[in-house]
Amino acid sequence: MASEAGEGSTAGMDDYETLISTTDVELLKKAWRNEKAAPEILRFETSLIQRIRGQIQLMEENIEEFAGSGIDPLTVSLYQMDLDRTQYLFRSYLRIRLQKIEKYMFHISKNPEVQSRLSEQEKGFARRCADDMERHLEESVLSKLPDNYQDTVKQSIISEESDMIPEPQLDSFVVCKSRRFLGPFQLDGSDELLEMKPDELCIIHYKSIRERVQEGDIDLV
Amino acid sequence: MAGQSDPQLSLFSAEEVEFIAEDEMVEIVPNLRMDALNFVCGDFGPFFPQLATQVPLWLAVALKKRGKCTIRPPQWMTVEKLTQVLEAERDSQRVFEQLPFHYVEISRLLFDHARDDIPDVYMVRSLIEDIRDVRFHKVETNLESLNERAFALKINNLSAMEVNIVRPFVGRALQAFYKHDSPDLIPDQDRVSDRRPQVANNATRRHLRR
Repeated sequence: MASEAGEGSTAGMDDYETLISTTDVELLKKAWRNEKAAPEILRFETSLIQRIRGQIQLMEENIEEFAGSGIDPLTVSLYQMDLDRTQYLFRSYLRIRLQKIEKYMFHISKNPEVQSRLSEQEKGFARRCADDMERHLEESVLSKLPDNYQDTVKQSIISEESDMIPEPQLDSFVVCKSRRFLGPFQLDGSDELLEMKPDELCIIHYKSIRERVQEGDIDLV
Repeated sequence: MAGQSDPQLSLFSAEEVEFIAEDEMVEIVPNLRMDALNFVCGDFGPFFPQLATQVPLWLAVALKKRGKCTIRPPQWMTVEKLTQVLEAERDSQRVFEQLPFHYVEISRLLFDHARDDIPDVYMVRSLIEDIRDVRFHKVETNLESLNERAFALKINNLSAMEVNIVRPFVGRALQAFYKHDSPDLIPDQDRVSDRRPQVANNATRRHLRR
């Protein structure tokens, strides 16, 4: 999770991140792994995705040109393989996010902070998803239930809160690796202090390292 | 939510772990002349016959498949080194030897596609399999000692495949310990003592689990 991704980060920061962690593909791979391993949806890597999209497009054009210009077919096929790998990562990253959105659509639609982590397109998708699901539940089940039980997010009319919204389990445990030395920090809900050396592997309570994953100090694996 | 009850949603498949391992660098000796390749994932080459160069594993395998290079097995993949590792693994009950994070996948890929480039390939292969078995066994025994609430568990030197295999079990076990040991769940001392004595007292609970 290299860059703070997106709107917030400055160009200088981006350059720095790119320099220390080599290529955008490397950054995308990190983002993809984090996204796959994290229980909740992470912040969308706006600028990274934009760059990757550009590079993929450029490479597609290049390969088309190669094919026409009589370059060694072996070389062309190698370029194609590289492109396929990048595209796979790219699609998989977007897809895993869509799956999370589908899973937590009501949670997202009620929660502006989570919404702010989505891209514009994803926000639209989340909205349509929640609307469609609501309409579907309404038509197929809820309208036939007694009046007290007709809400999509409340078990019954006497529930004070919305108690039927699936939420990401932040209590779950994830496997992670630290990128640098992390001084003793407190683990969420306990008195224990934890120190992490670079590259140290650890199974840990996600809630305790949530911010550090977003900041890029810790990678999920 | 409907149709989305997959508990494995965020796990890596074996193929995905292999995909990640394919980006590890290896040394190849090409037997053709080829210009530098400016990939999205980085620049490699130019390639000259008999001149060793570093490329990602997937590229090495692709070239090897077409007979365009030989792959130099990584330094840890020799009989001598692996014998040492195996002995050390056997000697210690707790500690895991340091091997590349992707040693299982890298060796698998090389055995599948470049067996003629590995000296003593049968020996190397059986050593790696032994190491793997010893380590898995060790992981399993160590898991048995997992019996109380913990927020973090250091698993140094565990490899990607090993992590991937234990992740679902360990993750859920720790989560269960976490949940059942959570103070919010034991608000009322009276109720606790008659309904769930094993949670109220750590010592008893540990004892019961042995």
